[in-house]
Amino acid sequence: MGWRPGPRPSFDSGCAPLRLRIDPDRCQGHARCFAIAPDLFDIDDFGQSSVRSDGVVPAGREDAARLAIANCPEFAIEAVED
Amino acid sequence: MPRTEPVTDWANDFDVLDPGYVEDPFGVWDELRATCPVATTQRRGRAWLPMRYADVTAIAHDTTTFSSSDVAVVAFDQDEDEDILPYGLPPITSDPPLHTWTRRLLLPWFSHRRVESYETLTREICRSLIKEFFDSGRADAAVDYAQQIPVRVISHILAVPDDMSEAFTGWVRDSLEFADDPERRRRGNYGIGEFLWSKLQERKESPGDDLISDLLAARHEDQPLEDSIVLGMAMLTLIAGVDTTWSAIGASLWHLATHDDDRERLVADPALMDTAVEEFLRAYAPVTMARLVTTDTQVAGCPMNAGDKVMMSFPAANRDPEAFERANEVVIDRAANRHVAFGSGIHRCAGSNLARMELRVAIEEWLRRIPSYHLEEGARVTWAGGQVRGPRSIPVVLR
Repeated sequence: MGWRPGPRPSFDSGCAPLRLRIDPDRCQGHARCFAIAPDLFDIDDFGQSSVRSDGVVPAGREDAARLAIANCPEFAIEAVED
Repeated sequence: MPRTEPVTDWANDFDVLDPGYVEDPFGVWDELRATCPVATTQRRGRAWLPMRYADVTAIAHDTTTFSSSDVAVVAFDQDEDEDILPYGLPPITSDPPLHTWTRRLLLPWFSHRRVESYETLTREICRSLIKEFFDSGRADAAVDYAQQIPVRVISHILAVPDDMSEAFTGWVRDSLEFADDPERRRRGNYGIGEFLWSKLQERKESPGDDLISDLLAARHEDQPLEDSIVLGMAMLTLIAGVDTTWSAIGASLWHLATHDDDRERLVADPALMDTAVEEFLRAYAPVTMARLVTTDTQVAGCPMNAGDKVMMSFPAANRDPEAFERANEVVIDRAANRHVAFGSGIHRCAGSNLARMELRVAIEEWLRRIPSYHLEEGARVTWAGGQVRGPRSIPVVLR
């Protein structure tokens, strides 16, 4: 189910940047993404998460992004490759 | 009075209050998952017990078929409170639309930012509790520590004196832990209700910076909230904020008392704290909530009728090997952890940020002062179960 530990594809420079999207209807405010990567996600006073910087993941933060996805109990975050 | 006959057929006659199950439910869950992943019973009333992560989360998301109008796991005869609390304890006992707007009023009190502001207080509470027993070289990690922390933080949020802690703890235990005894349950609910009702009247006269005053000042569709809704929400905050987190703190300290390798690793590498806290929540999730079936339906081929209850065993879902690798092992650096200790869907525990902070701070402060400890030889660890599972006594020796 979903992300598993172990070898993962790396995102070397040259690859298209990873972009994150949150489904606002699925997000229920568990706040796991914000706890794991506060530089990638923001959260409001009602627990609703949103992506920062239009969801563009800076180089070197891909693993944190994938960890956030793998810890969302609502399966509300997805990675899209531009 | 409590009525718990020994269980011999878990698939067709389960009882969440079976003493063996309360102490160690994990074997039963594994057996049921392999043979009958949705168990049933007629004890106290007809009820179902789904074991699989996929079933539990699917039911949690279908709030039309599975109503939250009765979330009690043990009590099946709660009608006596209806004249006092016609709306129950919103939002936990509500479906949309009441659920939606009452929850929105509550959430800012438990937002990430607000919870940060309670952290210093929580740390001070933990430190002063440890001070009380440290020199004696022994403690009951449940009674002297875990049990004392969340109730004091909630008292602060409700702006009621600390010296009510013991009364609150007793009432909440009567309401949840001893819910099978209607007398005790009523005593607990009335104790909480009457106390908070008096606070509600006080705050009308002299409002402060607290949850009750905030709800009294709130408007819904330009109208003030009915008193019974404010009372229900305040009662919920107290009932849901005490027993649950205390149980999670206790179970975590019990684990660390009985698993030297995990404790030593966590002491040596505090960076593991975040994944460890999530793993304790997954492996020892305290809370089961019920749902009321509104219309005849089927789950995994099991025919559920309107009026049946479904016990949403988030703790069992968290141990489902279909959803978690090494599901029955406690892996304190588990990277991917979609556990549902705080539920799933629109009823996600409104206090989850607070509970996580309290759990982390309680473990941090304990290990900072007591990096090495173990269970007292010959002493008995006792557990409570039903709506909330957790240790009630953990006698330990501090080394």
